[in-house]
Amino acid sequence: MLQLRNVKKEFIDKSGKKLPVIDNVTISIRQGEFVSFLGPSGCGKTTLINIIAGLVTTSSGTVLVNGKTINSPGLDRAVVFQDSCLLPWLTVRENVGMALNSDNSGKEKICDYYIDMVKLNRFKSAYPHQLSGGMKQRVALARALATDSPVLLMDEPFSALDEQTRMLLQNELMQIWQRTNKTIVFVTHNIREAIFLSDRVLLLSHHPAKIISEIAIPDIRPRVGGEHFFNMEAEILLHLKREIEKATEEELGERYIL
Amino acid sequence: MSGIFYKRLATIIALVLVWQLFCKTAMYPTYLLPTPEQVEQTLLQGIIDGQLVIALLSSLKRMVIGYSMAVVLGLALGVALIKWKYLDQTIGFFILAVQTIPSVAWLPLALIWFGLNERAIIFVVIIGSLWTMVMSVKTAIKGVNPDYIRLAKTLGYNKWALFWKIVIPAALPELIVGLRLAWAFAWRSLLAGELLGGESGLGQTLMIGRNLGDMSLVIAVMIIIATLGILIDLFLFQRLENQIFAKRGYSSKR
Repeated sequence: MLQLRNVKKEFIDKSGKKLPVIDNVTISIRQGEFVSFLGPSGCGKTTLINIIAGLVTTSSGTVLVNGKTINSPGLDRAVVFQDSCLLPWLTVRENVGMALNSDNSGKEKICDYYIDMVKLNRFKSAYPHQLSGGMKQRVALARALATDSPVLLMDEPFSALDEQTRMLLQNELMQIWQRTNKTIVFVTHNIREAIFLSDRVLLLSHHPAKIISEIAIPDIRPRVGGEHFFNMEAEILLHLKREIEKATEEELGERYIL
Repeated sequence: MSGIFYKRLATIIALVLVWQLFCKTAMYPTYLLPTPEQVEQTLLQGIIDGQLVIALLSSLKRMVIGYSMAVVLGLALGVALIKWKYLDQTIGFFILAVQTIPSVAWLPLALIWFGLNERAIIFVVIIGSLWTMVMSVKTAIKGVNPDYIRLAKTLGYNKWALFWKIVIPAALPELIVGLRLAWAFAWRSLLAGELLGGESGLGQTLMIGRNLGDMSLVIAVMIIIATLGILIDLFLFQRLENQIFAKRGYSSKR
């Protein structure tokens, strides 16, 4: 369904020095799979998902969707950004319908269907500034769903939300995913979130991003606590510890032990 | 709203009273500083016999033609400068230089080119407000949140849709500021143009007042200009602004 082959990305900084951000990433994602990229902040996960979205070009390597190489954004991959990125001059319904053709006679019905799916019935005609952070993210999700694309790319969609709202939205995303059978690529730095949602978690190293480990999560849903998941969390943390140390060291400029 | 209205009314009444008082002290002769009553007389007279109405209408006509042309040209030029970097680096710099020339300085050229007529003055109005418009369009478009553009790309928008559905609405609050500024510049240019080279219009009426030593006519015209300015601002620009800002949840109260 979705494949990354030897994807590399380098940025060139002001002095002309090459800055490797993503180093040789090869991934294969099945149709209907929920995959998370997990890594320390600033590790290049967002760049990676932007590459899949077609918003950033690769330095080398290819991205394939259904066997076709992609190099630009397209309606076959919907994106949910970290900040909801709603257009402030459009109502909830108009935001959700952004991807739909204006001469589509069933447009309103389609919008309402997805607004219903994210439980915002009462806010169809509201403007974004009247919504809470969680609601905005619901609208962004509905907008992505309304594109009817088989792939959903989510870049830390819940990271700016409070704990309770995040839990709610994680649950709903889970249900929506099971209902719609989308392929979801989910970027997060939250270990619990990754375990809770994904079929598979890909751990990324810090700068340049490389896949250091791949963890398949047993297919027991819903995932509510339990020793098994607790151990898994500890294991992932162990893996990530060194990367987080590396990231912190780079930031602070001195040795750091977690 | 009504509270503000009364405060404003009170301010105007107070100013008129001060003016009245000033006249009463007889520090200045009335041919230099006419009393409010005299000005009121002139205003009424001018409206009844049509002198001021005709002047106002011919000024407004030039204003509407010149301003709307400046807005359309300014939009086109501003967008072009954003679109083609090469153009910005060459003509963009030139615009910055031209902007520093006061619009009246174009009048001698305009009079030679077009003669003593409508077109010369409209030309000055356009030149006077065009550059502000261009610069405002440029900053407004540059200020559009790049995330909106990224979003639109992922939603499959083509360039046309991107421009009309994302860039323009996103730039609207800034564009209104530009429209307002350009309006003010257009007015200044119009008056300057009419003062020096008009056959009719408010500027020319000012000049007639000066030539006849009729200061109450001069002040009457000034009052008309100020009133018109306030009306346009209240009923055109502020309405537009309120509408745009209310939707987006910015407070539009000042």
